[in-house]
Amino acid sequence: METLNYRFEQGSRKLAAEPKIVGVVSSGNLEVLIESATLDGACEIVIQTAAAGFGPIWQAVMHDFQQRWQLSDTRIAINDMGATPAVVSLRLDQAVETMLGGAS
Amino acid sequence: MNAPTRVWDSLQRNRAERLARAQTALGGDLAGKALPAARIADLLHAVLECGDRVCIEGNNQKQADFLAGALSRLDAARINNLHMLQSVLALPEHLDVFERGVASKLDFSFSGPQAGRVARLASAGKLNIGAIHTYLELFGRYFIDLPPRVSLVAAEAADRKGNIYTGPNTEDTPVIVEATSFKNGIVIVQVNQIMDQLPRIDIPGDWVDFVVESPTPYYIEPLFTRDPALISEIQVLMAMMAIKGIYAEYEIQRLNHGIGFDTAAIELLLPTYAESLGLRGKIGTNWALNPHPALIPAIEAGFVESIHSFGSELGMENYIRARPDVFAVGPDGSMRSNRAYCQAAGHYACDMFIGSTLQIDLQGNSSTATLGRIAGFGGAPNMGADARGRRHASPAWLKAGRQARAGTSAIPRGQKLVVQMVETFREHMQPAFVEKLDAWELAEQAKMAIPPVMIYGDDVTHILTEEGIANLLLCRTAEEREQAIRGVAGYTPVGLARDKRMVENLRDRGIIQRAEDLGIDKRLATRDLLAAKNMKDLVRASGGLYDPPKRFRNW
Amino acid sequence: MSSYLEANARERLALFDSFEEFVGPAQRVVSPHLAQLNAPVSFDDGVVVGRARLGDYAVFAAAQEGGFMGGAVGEVHGAKLVGMLRRAVAEKPDAVVLLLETGGVRLHEANAGLIAVSEVMRAVLDARDAGIPVIVLIGGANGAFGGMGIVARCANTLIISEEGRLAMSGPEVIETANGVEEFDSRDRALVWRTTGGKHRYLMGDVQRIVDDSVPAFRAAAIEAIAAIAAARDAQNGAVGLTLEAMEAEQAMLEQRIARFGALPDPLDVWAAMGVGKPAEVPMLDVAAFTAAANPHRQGV
Repeated sequence: METLNYRFEQGSRKLAAEPKIVGVVSSGNLEVLIESATLDGACEIVIQTAAAGFGPIWQAVMHDFQQRWQLSDTRIAINDMGATPAVVSLRLDQAVETMLGGAS
Repeated sequence: MNAPTRVWDSLQRNRAERLARAQTALGGDLAGKALPAARIADLLHAVLECGDRVCIEGNNQKQADFLAGALSRLDAARINNLHMLQSVLALPEHLDVFERGVASKLDFSFSGPQAGRVARLASAGKLNIGAIHTYLELFGRYFIDLPPRVSLVAAEAADRKGNIYTGPNTEDTPVIVEATSFKNGIVIVQVNQIMDQLPRIDIPGDWVDFVVESPTPYYIEPLFTRDPALISEIQVLMAMMAIKGIYAEYEIQRLNHGIGFDTAAIELLLPTYAESLGLRGKIGTNWALNPHPALIPAIEAGFVESIHSFGSELGMENYIRARPDVFAVGPDGSMRSNRAYCQAAGHYACDMFIGSTLQIDLQGNSSTATLGRIAGFGGAPNMGADARGRRHASPAWLKAGRQARAGTSAIPRGQKLVVQMVETFREHMQPAFVEKLDAWELAEQAKMAIPPVMIYGDDVTHILTEEGIANLLLCRTAEEREQAIRGVAGYTPVGLARDKRMVENLRDRGIIQRAEDLGIDKRLATRDLLAAKNMKDLVRASGGLYDPPKRFRNW
Repeated sequence: MSSYLEANARERLALFDSFEEFVGPAQRVVSPHLAQLNAPVSFDDGVVVGRARLGDYAVFAAAQEGGFMGGAVGEVHGAKLVGMLRRAVAEKPDAVVLLLETGGVRLHEANAGLIAVSEVMRAVLDARDAGIPVIVLIGGANGAFGGMGIVARCANTLIISEEGRLAMSGPEVIETANGVEEFDSRDRALVWRTTGGKHRYLMGDVQRIVDDSVPAFRAAAIEAIAAIAAARDAQNGAVGLTLEAMEAEQAMLEQRIARFGALPDPLDVWAAMGVGKPAEVPMLDVAAFTAAANPHRQGV
């Protein structure tokens, strides 16, 4: 298992108070827990992943995610079991959309 | 003066000698053309000669397994150095003949399940590969420089005169038998049964020398069956992009789908997503395609006008019989497939090929070659090639040709769409996009003259990943092409090394299109969009006519 | 999303009108054992528990996540189930509804997993004893196996789909222990014929079989609760175990094995039961199957 931590400053979008969770920790999949938190406006993301050694890819995916959503005072926690970047981005977007009440 | 006279009928004479030896060896056991299964070894020892070119059906689906077994058990001291010609190496027996020294040379097209063993035997010097071909190419050589001396084929049934019924799984048999018979070769057929009256005659008895009823029916591999339960959300998203971004955009009516789950997802989205876009009757009307079970819902929904097939598919026989307007059904009510004709049709009469791959490089060269495995590519190089001999126009062909030549001084011509569809990462986080194909290393390892490429970059017109579509037709320089590929290569090292400015510019020009650019809401990309979500749904869609093989059923 | 089979645990909770979760994922009560094995955890340890409204009824409920470790029960997972059941005894809802999808004990957690499952069994029986009916729904890809298969059979009513499976030993285990001639675990048709919803319905191990849809499971759960309430009111029918009911079940099991024990395949069992055209049973839809099965099924 590998633990990765990211912190992004200068977001602007705050989310609702109630935590949400999407996804399942099954092979090739991940769960994303998203909640509001007092973080001086920052967005913190902590990832526990069963697929070690892909730090730079996670970095790029998280950076693009934050570019899309500009989250502020948000904590995201991920349990990952080898999902590809495509699935990771999908779940992250689903998590935010669920928070915004727009998920299908 | 006495000039030495050339003998002009050596092949006929040699054929007569072989037939005479067979007669002597089998004696009273030979009834017309039929011999009992127990005497097959004696027949083969009699009609074969060392160094013969032997063609065996080793097809994609159908296997002359009884004959393959018999060949592999021959006395290598008596029969050896055979030059095998076959479309596919599918059975262990296909390699046993090399292991045991009965055969030493091979020309083929595909070896999927046996690719590792092919590589090992080749490097051990027991298997000398002449060349890897695409199917139509190999068939072509049967008439030019690789005529089979003896052919071992499989069929449904024979009558007492040796007429042959090949039925739905006709596949490669006609081209093999014609090439052999019309070069005075020997044709041996294993059949499931001998009948008094065949449903129809697929191969005339005049072209057949020996018939043997095999103890068990010939083996058929259900290669084109895909369980919808295994299709992922990402594959659904890619299928949506294919339908909206390519099929609709170019009005693709005549097409071929390569094998795999990616295309199965497209097939299952026709009655739902494509229907919602008003595309019924506008796309996917005429197909060069095996009878994919995943296409059943689209057929039932009225999308499909016609399908011509390379082979059949296990379990689809009754459904095909009940849909004679759609499939190539004969006057007797059963289908006839034909790999050679369908490959020709796919090449010239279709406007698009779409298929999956394992690796793509920065020029768009696509290959499934990996180290330690010599697999070949089957029909893909033919289906996935621009048909330069084509002359008839269609909207899709003209549009692609215009896009490729806009702004250049080239004379107008059309172009076939060749789409490579692949997720940026494969299993175990292996990137699909690479700077250099594994094919280079394989070529060195296996001593090949050139790296084995499935589809060359100049033939690829579009690359589709979960990140979007790269339209290579619109690229004007090698650099644009490279960045267009990097632009859809996502978070692979190739993708991360993109020139961000250039990629943005390519997106502005429509050379790269993301899902949002195509107006696709990613939240709709769920399995709920599939017209069938499991095997039972497919059976129900077929009205109970589709009978999936055991391995696909939980009932 | 309507398919119960394809839905994950949280999506299946849509069968309730409202759901209030206990010990939710935000509290991060995760398995204390998996990190040692370098295995990923799940924030809810693979089970959602809470209280809910189901039509007219106030219920307590749990939904197991089959995708996480096959739904297997570890220490935290089991404690959440037990805690929910004990709270039900205290608060007395109209019923407990268990959406089971599980391979049984989570072997990674060894004794903690075994103890957890046995505690769940005890807690289910305690809930019944306190007059709270326990309804089990089985319709996930992993079925309900192992010790949780036993838990399922401790419930008042079991509702299953034909895709669902109920058994104790898994197919691979049977094959390994007794040989492939006894049970070919790769013969999926055989596995579903033996452990799947249709056979279980015919054998009387489950009381209802429904379509693979969340609304169908919902309706059946409501009907089950209503039926138990009506029986209780009408005849003072017991919700908990009674000696009489146990003896009746024992007699049914003895008679069942006497009648069918020597038959090699469920098809033979169905034929012996008098079911017409047994070979067609697997392809029948639920309505047609139920009509064909009802005159002959066991356990009625």
